[in-house]
Amino acid sequence: MTLSNGKTGPDARGRFGEYGGRYVPETLMAPLEELDRAWRQARHDPSFRKELKDLLANYAGRPTPVTVARRLTESLGGAQILLKREDLLHTGAHKINNALGQVLLAKRMGKERIIAETGAGQHGVATATACALFGLKCVVYMGSVDVARQSPNVFRMKLLGAEVVPVEGGSKTLKDAINEAMRDWVSSFASTHYVLGSVLGPHPFPEMVRTFHSVIGQEALAQTAKILHGRPDLLVACVGGGSNAIGLFHAFLKYPDVGMVGVEAGGRSFAPGEHAARFGPGRVGVLHGTRTLLLQDEGGQVLPTHSISAGLDYPAVGPEHAFLGGEGRVKYVSVTDGDALDAFHRLAELEGILPALESAHAVAWAIQVAPALGKGKVVLVNLSGRGDKDVPQIAAMEGVTT
Amino acid sequence: MRGRIGSAFAKAAAEGRAALVAFIEAGDPDAATSGRILSALFDAGADVVELGVPFSDPIADGAVIQRASERALAAGGGLAASLDLAASYRASGGSGALVLFSYSNPILAMGEAEFTSRASAAGVDGVLVTDLPPEEGRPFAAILRSARIDPIYLLAPSSPRARIRKAASLSRGFVYLVSRAGVTGARAELPGDLPELAARVKKEVRRLPVAIGFGISTPGQVASAARLADGVVVGSALVRAVEVAAAAGEDCVAAASGLVRSLVAAAGR
Repeated sequence: MTLSNGKTGPDARGRFGEYGGRYVPETLMAPLEELDRAWRQARHDPSFRKELKDLLANYAGRPTPVTVARRLTESLGGAQILLKREDLLHTGAHKINNALGQVLLAKRMGKERIIAETGAGQHGVATATACALFGLKCVVYMGSVDVARQSPNVFRMKLLGAEVVPVEGGSKTLKDAINEAMRDWVSSFASTHYVLGSVLGPHPFPEMVRTFHSVIGQEALAQTAKILHGRPDLLVACVGGGSNAIGLFHAFLKYPDVGMVGVEAGGRSFAPGEHAARFGPGRVGVLHGTRTLLLQDEGGQVLPTHSISAGLDYPAVGPEHAFLGGEGRVKYVSVTDGDALDAFHRLAELEGILPALESAHAVAWAIQVAPALGKGKVVLVNLSGRGDKDVPQIAAMEGVTT
Repeated sequence: MRGRIGSAFAKAAAEGRAALVAFIEAGDPDAATSGRILSALFDAGADVVELGVPFSDPIADGAVIQRASERALAAGGGLAASLDLAASYRASGGSGALVLFSYSNPILAMGEAEFTSRASAAGVDGVLVTDLPPEEGRPFAAILRSARIDPIYLLAPSSPRARIRKAASLSRGFVYLVSRAGVTGARAELPGDLPELAARVKKEVRRLPVAIGFGISTPGQVASAARLADGVVVGSALVRAVEVAAAAGEDCVAAASGLVRSLVAAAGR
């Protein structure tokens, strides 16, 4: 967190205000400290930075462009809409930024095996890709519900040489995949690095993952300066754990004239279990090693969630988001499954871009606010991933045979 | 002043054996049966009973305790029901040493102070929170101690000396040594380096008894571990015995107490 007052975070204990920290079994404390030390050395090491920068440029395809969404803007008759095109990255989403960074770090630490969890499959594909590139063994845990609804990504991971382990426990989605990955790591940390895929989990993961994705905002800041001769008025990004959002927001936090909105999954309704909107219904709790806003029942049991998009279908939000929301620096809203699906179609038809269903939530919010913001204002949407992975699911939902 | 936990370890030591710490999931397979199992464990000779508080996302547990947690939750279990279980045991005159074994979130949801006063009223002697290491748990440990409830911390093979000392200084009652890096659940063999690990920890933790757990399920394993520490924890094996008996329509209470009797008999030195 870098606020206009110059405060940066997290603190030495991994706290963003009252959120964050390290709530893990004793066995994981030593490996987390080892990771923290390795990461702090690596991030200041010119050779590590150079290698990562080279990979991002010449393997992943950075910088990603900023596209002016001309026809969408015209159709809305209000604020101009720009798209930060993370969907154009290798593997199809922003996730590759973090996967390359962490796998490079793991290699530096001498780890031979990589584990990861995945929801939509994008983080799993990105991690499997980085492992193929570096010749490391890769195991990806994925809830069996997500395996069924994101089948193209499951096959992609297998093609890349990864083992995909369907998780049958609990709600069989992202949270259960993280449970299983953490259980693996508790016994395997000596040889294995856990590439956590979002700004979640125990310290230093939220800070480390944010740092690997902050290139999104750094580029966007320079690109919008060129296009607009100024800064956008509003940044919009979807928030599951919140890695693409923090990646875009971070470089802009010090500019109080830039508004920011994180868009959560409103699902089918606000009934418990029917959505994944943590701001509002969520209360402070601890899940997967971090203290943050959590969807839970009265007794502190984690509630099931629902979203049309597997990548947003998670009951807790990254601790830095909980902090930024509490400070009022970022506004968190939600859009429904239906609105996200409409936005998916509109972007396809008006701009020739199929957004990931996750990113379609951010597009949906931009569509809702652009008319009211009015002409002369600029909204920058993080198009965090492409929607190819969602095509079979959407076809099935809409009764189309592909 | 020595509480029930300290007395239980002292009594076992005086009898020339390691204390047998028996773990069951509170509310598994249902509240009433779980209550009968709890009493039966003490009757069968368990020195301390750990009541596992069911949680939706038990990241430190293997498949057996995960399933027990799901069954208990489905039967209306949770933190409040676990406290009720302890309270009814005490109300029926039970005087065994009771430890609640929980994840952070249910306690946080109840509120640490509220939880502590309810646990105290229910006659809980010690509290162990799997995902609350000393770094995050100091304020809670202080609240517990002020209510004369023993905060119990875990140590692991990966814990360096400084952490062993920190956990020892914050713990009361006993210190729980995790025998291996991994989740709960039965294993074919004890880790080869367990004697060295136990000796290293015992050297730093002089003030309190040390109990070894994780992966200890058979009388033979109990006998080996009993020579290395002051107490031995058996969890998944008991939970599994309850599961098997319940699934076969047999008497879960008899299954659990039969196993405990054989484990206690093996804990002699």
